[in-house]
Formats: sequence, structure tokens, C-alpha cells
Amino acid sequence: MNAEFLETLFLTFQLAFFTTLILLVVGLPIAWFLAYSRFKLKPVLEALLSMPLVLPPTVLGYYILLAYSPRYWFGEWLGRVLNVRLAFTFEGILIASVLFGLPFMIQPLQSGLRSLPESLREASHTLGKSEIVTFFKVLLPNIKPSLITAMALTFAHTIGEFGMVLMVGGNMPGVTRVASVAIYDEVQSLNFSTANQYAFILFALSFVLLTIIYSINKKQDSWKML
Amino acid sequence: MEDAVIHIDIQKKFLSAEGAMTLDVKADLQSGTLTTLFGPSGAGKTTLLRILAGLTKPDAGKIQFGDIVWFDSEQKIDVLPQQRHIGLMFQDYALFPNMTVEQNIQFAQNKTDRSYTHQLLKIFELTEFAKRKPAHLSGGQKQRVALARAIARRPQLLLLDEPLSALDSTMRSMLQGEIAKVHSMFNATTIMVSHDLHEVFRLAHHVVCLEHGKVKAAGEPQEVFSDTSISGKFQVTGQIAAIEKQDVVNIVTVVTGNNSIVKVIAFDDDLEQLSVGDRVLVFSKAFNPIIKKI
Repeated sequence: MNAEFLETLFLTFQLAFFTTLILLVVGLPIAWFLAYSRFKLKPVLEALLSMPLVLPPTVLGYYILLAYSPRYWFGEWLGRVLNVRLAFTFEGILIASVLFGLPFMIQPLQSGLRSLPESLREASHTLGKSEIVTFFKVLLPNIKPSLITAMALTFAHTIGEFGMVLMVGGNMPGVTRVASVAIYDEVQSLNFSTANQYAFILFALSFVLLTIIYSINKKQDSWKML
Repeated sequence: MEDAVIHIDIQKKFLSAEGAMTLDVKADLQSGTLTTLFGPSGAGKTTLLRILAGLTKPDAGKIQFGDIVWFDSEQKIDVLPQQRHIGLMFQDYALFPNMTVEQNIQFAQNKTDRSYTHQLLKIFELTEFAKRKPAHLSGGQKQRVALARAIARRPQLLLLDEPLSALDSTMRSMLQGEIAKVHSMFNATTIMVSHDLHEVFRLAHHVVCLEHGKVKAAGEPQEVFSDTSISGKFQVTGQIAAIEKQDVVNIVTVVTGNNSIVKVIAFDDDLEQLSVGDRVLVFSKAFNPIIKKI
């Protein structure tokens, strides 16, 4: 294994780790809001947040690339005011991955919260506890399997993302070149053995992550039956 | 707060099994008493309890607890459940599955008070289950944890939503005793939803009968349920378990509150108003019942 191979793998995991971390912080309040609010435009918000599930990654990647471009107001504003350029940078693909991973984090959390009896939340309120205490002490500990599922799905999905990273980040070694893009690149240059190494590692990792999710959910099911 | 009166005057549209109706309740309850909300399913009992807890918002009206206004639609006052200082025991108990029995009780306290927690565990005979999680408790044990948790923060008002409905009759009778004990020990003003007449007579000082969202009768249980047209020598309340047609008459089997079985003869005319599952009063006027030691 050469340095470039390891660098690409490290970058891939770095991207997945930070994406999951950021989405956890952003996703928890959004999931809470979607699970309990009676806001009229909620279906619109839900549809918008679920778009990455149905859209081809290249579509979202294209829009994000346009947004980053200094020719348009957002990119121009970023460059002028904050002196930041996002297209073809690690930060750029990180932000894009966060946007793209939203449904993978939010949906399991939201359905986990919804599956809890409403009376748990109400009981905590009548016992004098605020929404925040209720969330961290009562709701979150009781949706642990959903939390683990959400994090593992987000992580695995980010590692597997191809089209969007390619659109927004390109294929710059050590900056934006992730394993999935590297596989494509290696195959294009008929470098099958390196492609094979990447592919095997991604396959094994995704398999292990999904096995963990399913065994946790199975344990939870048998716990519920008690 | 000793002489406080809970003043309720609220209206709320709600959906019950029998369709949309309006809950329209006016009542004044004395502090320190145990009041039952009695009535058939869908009469609005649980909705009224939730309104008192602050979990459901009335459409209009006023609720005052002593000097404190909890809800006033005109002045736009709606005190949060967190600030009403109540104890609510849910029909499904709503115990927190991630916490042990002891932690469930401690969660209810603003400041951890170990000696009070231990006292509660002892009163409710839960000491040996203190470290267990709710999933490993029986129905009766869960009920006791829920009751202990509801009074753990020394509420000024204790609300019990059909606390015994999920239990069998032996357990129910035992836990009725528990509720009576809690009430006399802590002297918390208590409002309990029930549709079991036996429970009402055993526990309540005061009963409010709700039907289709309206107060049909209110007062002491004897006053409310002793229909003046019925001056029986003995009266038993129960539920019809079976109706068997014989040659000329019908045999109606009634299971009473303490689980005895009474068979009563009824004619076809009587049966027009009766069906299996109905709550009924069995009484005798003409004959003296015989009493014998067992």
C-alpha cells in the first residue's frame, strides 16, 4: 500500500467522521422539531430534507457547485466577505456531504422519537422538567438504536458517496479525492489491483457497519418483548 | 393553600369514540379531598384531567387553583405543566424505560432527596425492586412505581387517570387500598378518573359524573348514586356478564365490584335497556336479605 492509497482512505474516513459529527449536532434538533411540531409547512420542509434520497447525486452536486461559484451571489459573497472559496476544497465537499446526508441522519431519529409513547414526554413535563432536560434524559436514551442507526447510516453513506463529491470536489489527491472516486479513476487508468483494494475495503466496511445496525436492532426487538 | 378551592369552568371541543363533542365543565373542588371523575368511555374524563395538567388547552374558560390562575382564555394565561406543580399518573404509567425504579422516582424530585426516595420505596413495597428497570416489573409493581413517582415531588394536586384499569380485580382491590393510604398520608388533593362504581364508593369523598362532556351530577357518592326512586334494602353495583334466555324469563349474570356473581331474573321488557357489558345496579326492596357469618 502506498502513501497515496492511505492518504485517500484517511481523507475518506475524515470526511465521513466530520459529516456524521456535524449532522448529529444539526440533525438532533431538526428531528425533534419534525417529530413534535405542528408547523403548517412541515410537509414542505420534510420533502426538502428528503430530496437527497431521490435526486441523482449529480443534480444536488451541480446546484451546490453553482452556489459555490463566484459568479453567483452566494459564492461571490463568500469570497468577498469571508474570503472563502469552497469549490474543489475539503470544506466544500464536507458541507455538500452534510447537506446530502441530512435525511440519513434525520429520518431514523425522527421515526425513533415518533415511536416513543407521547406520554413519556408529557410525564416528564408534568414532573417539572423542561424540553431540553426531557430530550436528553428521557427521549434520547430511549431511542439509542435509532441514534446508532442514524450515525452508522450517515457514516456509511458518506463513505459511499460518489457523484456529488466528484461534482463539487473533483479528484484532487489529498484534498478532495475520496475512495469511491479513486476506484473510478484507477479503473479508468486500467489500474485494477488498486481499484480492487479500495473496493474491498469499502465493501467490508459497509458490510460490518450494516451488520452492527441489524444486530443492535435485533437486540432492541427482543428487549421490547420482555 | 389548605382551604384552597379548585375552580374549573372550561369549554373544549374534542373528538371521542362517539364523535365530536364539547366538554363543558363547571366545578369547584375542595382542597384535600379525593374526587373521582366518573362516566362512560368517551365522556371527556381524560380530556378534563389533561386540561387540569396543562397538557391540553381548553378553547375557553378559566381554571384557578387557590389564588393562582392556571388558565384564563380572556387574559391569555396558560401556565405550563412544569409550573403547575402537579403529579399525574398516566393510564399507561409512562415510566421511563431507561431508568430504574429508583431513578424514575428521583427524576421527579427537583433536588435529589434520598431519604424521601427510600421512604417512598418502602411505603410502596418497592425497595427490593429499586434497581430494576420498568420492563422487568409486573403490572401491579409498575402501577406502584407510577404512583410513587407522581407524589415524589410532593404535588399540590394529584391526578390519576384510571390508575387501576389495567389490573385484575384482586390487584385492583389491593391497590385501591394503596391509593387511599397515599391520600390520607400525604393529604394531596386528588382527582381520579374511574368508571368503576366500586372504586368510587371505596375511595372518593366527592364524585363528578360526566356524560357526553357535561356534568350530569356532582356530590358525595351516596348522594349521587342513590337514586331517590330506588330505596332498596340492599344495593350492589356490577357489570352484566351474560344474558341467557330461559322459557319465560331471562337470567342475567352480573359480576359485582368485588367479583361476586349475582344471577337476576329479568323479563323481556327489562332486557330492552340491558345488554352484556352494561354497568347495572342490582337492588332488592321487598325481601329482607339474610345475613350469615362465613
